[in-house]
Amino acid sequence: MIEFYVNNEAVTFDGVENTPLLWVLRDHLKLTGTKFGCGIGSCGACTVHIDGRARKTCTTKVSLVAGKKVTTIEGLALPGGKLHPVQQAWVEEDVPQCGYCQGGQIMAAVDLLEQIPSPSDADIAREMRNICRCGTYVRIRKAIHRASALISERR
Amino acid sequence: MGGVMRREIDRGRRRFLVGGLTATGSFLLGVPALELLAQTRSAEAGGKIGFFVEIRPDNRVIIGVAQPEIGQGVRTSMPMLVAEELDVEWSSVSIEQMPLGIVKTADGFTWKYGGQGAGGSTSVTDNWEFLREVGATARQMLIAAAAQQWDVPPASCHTEAGVVVCDARGSRINYSELAPAAAKLPVPEEKPAFKDPASYRIIGKPTRVVDAKEIVTGKASFGIDTDVAGMRYAVILRCPYLDGEVESFDDQVARRVPGVLDVFRIDGPKPGEPYLILASGLAVVAESTWAALQGRKALQVKWSKGPHASESSTAFWQQCDKLLATTGQIVRDDGAFDQALGQSNDVVTARYEIPFVNHAPMEPQNCFVHVEKEKARVIAPTQSPSGANRAVAAVTGLPRENIYVEMTRVGGGFGRRLTNDYVAEAAMISQKIGGPVKLQWSREDDVQHDFYRPSGMHEMKAGLDAAGRITCWTQRLASAGKYYRRPNVEPEEQYAAELYVDDFPAQIIDNLRIEWFEVQSGMPRGSWRAPAHTANAFVIQSFLDEVAHASRQDPLQLRLKLYGENRELPYGQHGGPVFNPWRLSRLLKHVAERIDYGKAREKGRGVGIASHFTFGGYGAHAVEVTVDDSGKLVIERIVAAVDCGVVVNPLGVEAQLEGGTIDGLSTALNLEITVIDGKVAQSNFNNYRIARMAQMPAVLETHVLPYGDKPTGMGEMGLPSLAPALTNAIFNASGVRIRKLPIKDQIEKEI
Repeated sequence: MIEFYVNNEAVTFDGVENTPLLWVLRDHLKLTGTKFGCGIGSCGACTVHIDGRARKTCTTKVSLVAGKKVTTIEGLALPGGKLHPVQQAWVEEDVPQCGYCQGGQIMAAVDLLEQIPSPSDADIAREMRNICRCGTYVRIRKAIHRASALISERR
Repeated sequence: MGGVMRREIDRGRRRFLVGGLTATGSFLLGVPALELLAQTRSAEAGGKIGFFVEIRPDNRVIIGVAQPEIGQGVRTSMPMLVAEELDVEWSSVSIEQMPLGIVKTADGFTWKYGGQGAGGSTSVTDNWEFLREVGATARQMLIAAAAQQWDVPPASCHTEAGVVVCDARGSRINYSELAPAAAKLPVPEEKPAFKDPASYRIIGKPTRVVDAKEIVTGKASFGIDTDVAGMRYAVILRCPYLDGEVESFDDQVARRVPGVLDVFRIDGPKPGEPYLILASGLAVVAESTWAALQGRKALQVKWSKGPHASESSTAFWQQCDKLLATTGQIVRDDGAFDQALGQSNDVVTARYEIPFVNHAPMEPQNCFVHVEKEKARVIAPTQSPSGANRAVAAVTGLPRENIYVEMTRVGGGFGRRLTNDYVAEAAMISQKIGGPVKLQWSREDDVQHDFYRPSGMHEMKAGLDAAGRITCWTQRLASAGKYYRRPNVEPEEQYAAELYVDDFPAQIIDNLRIEWFEVQSGMPRGSWRAPAHTANAFVIQSFLDEVAHASRQDPLQLRLKLYGENRELPYGQHGGPVFNPWRLSRLLKHVAERIDYGKAREKGRGVGIASHFTFGGYGAHAVEVTVDDSGKLVIERIVAAVDCGVVVNPLGVEAQLEGGTIDGLSTALNLEITVIDGKVAQSNFNNYRIARMAQMPAVLETHVLPYGDKPTGMGEMGLPSLAPALTNAIFNASGVRIRKLPIKDQIEKEI
């Protein structure tokens, strides 16, 4: 039995311990905002935060998050449903096309902005490694700059 | 995508328009006839709305979308057409996805809600008249209801965003209050008058993706998110050899994996037969996705390698080379090509190679199917819901009218989900286990089993006179075409998906010959965003540059001269009936100006341009690059322009132009599928390297140049001209001519 926290709620998993966190979130906890894209930790569609840092769940065994705090895209908005500034910026810049990768992109961007509050384009190019097959990268870049401004306004 | 998608469009859709009242007092307008709806609605899976417009008592307006949303923005653009003519505030509109609607008639099946599918960039074009008419008809009925209530002539009333107004009487009334009365009125026989475009409040206004909030909060539901009580999870281990089979297998270990419930054989098509599914293999059914994947990993299989075991990419190119030394199928032959070539002053010739590529939508293929004795339920991320219906009918033998298909949001299409092989597989598994199942593909499954974009070698030749005028032109293509194993396509029609014979420069260069050679290959092929336009735009727009340089002409001026004045040429393929090359000139001049085309640049910096007509829309790119002494390429700036006629949603058009440009860039830089020993060599994103943020240009400008009074589609037009503009820029910067895609490390090697 593995115990951990997802979006501030205690959860348990009593299945096979080497199950990737991705499939525990999706199939067992029914949190389907975290997406399966590659299964090898390459595309980033499955990105969540583990103890506050962006991590790929398709290659993270659930046993490794025992006792840890996991935040998924469903848990990112503020209490009461107010969008996180990064989510807000994504809407305002009209980023999504198919939308499949965007949850992972947003989780990666939130971590980036926590590490580098005012990233340059070069910082974004280096840190944002998630794949978007629709090619929304230019809007993602704009949205990260906008989110950076929104966060400093809210402070 | 491609012109062969079967169109079951009922051209007389208006006769199906019907008004009605729901139990809760909402006004409904839509198709089909109410009696028909009453018969079918309860049986329709999910109970989703089958109507286009519903006005609720609380003033909310629900607009149904019949098309699948694959990221092209139809859930935003289609309702905009209805809402504009209905005359409501966009903020009062909610969107509902409609299921597949087909109706059995004496003449076969017809659409209930009009054509449903995402392919060939046709949603806006096909629905421009119809959906505005739906909105305008509902508005007309609401006006009629108000006029009756006030006892005034309808002509004395008009509407203002959800309100009917009679100035003479000084009265106003909300649509929602009129809904019960309007619903009882007969649908007017006559087509309603449309708004004056000058008064548009929704069409032409930048409108954000309607589902953005659901997407950014993780609530948007894709096929992969389907969760139905009692559902099992399945994966398939498919034979990696093209047309290979399961010779023998041992599933003892797999069956001991916790959660694994069953393992059984899935039979694929025989070599040469049409594809219902792509490959033979073994299905693993389990209690969770991970258990199914672990069970699959534990399988031991001996494959029979099938008829293509020796196929390789090397042999493919050798075959092309041999074929091009012979005479092929002449598919267009204008003027006297041979004679003109003999008389020309100069001859320019070059060969270009286009690889197979994988669609790689971000959401791997998946499908939920529940086959029962009399009916089946399908929940699928698909571009062709009627194809999904047919696939399940083919597997189960159930009548098509008893197969209910619900469409989810789709995590990318790119043409991959025009074929419903994964739906058929899920139906086979559901039928075998006698219950509901969700089939999941892995990324490896998706990269190694696809209907790949066709690969081919193009030989180009042009003859010029003493003045540098092109007097003759030929394109000779040896390719493995996408109509391979397609039912009902004659051998002599196979070329038609590879070469669109009315494409530029046909009808402009007098002596012109187009020739096709069929390459033998076991690779499954299909439609990939802008199908053959991706190859032909690269080849034709690269070769034009080569001709310009060989004859000391400016590449832009040469194009402008050829495109000529504003006129329409007949165009017989998808996107016709006409093609106006002048519209390409207009775009080219625009992008050339934006990129400072004529400016002298330092060594190692260059610009390239290209333009192409795709399925009715016009696109152009200008690219600025630097190439350093080691051959390192940096894309400094891309200027993209499109003319898709009337613009319905500027934000959506720009998104498709950006996305198409980046898709073109990503594919030109890195993407190819190769074959070794009868198997696909690539397997996942570590060796099929889709471009990421680091490869993005510092600047990507998009320009939308409206034209005329009708829209064209926008899903594919933004892609084809990017690759040749890029490689033309590379030549301008470095002198290295890229004739083989993808570019990969060719510049480094040449320098």
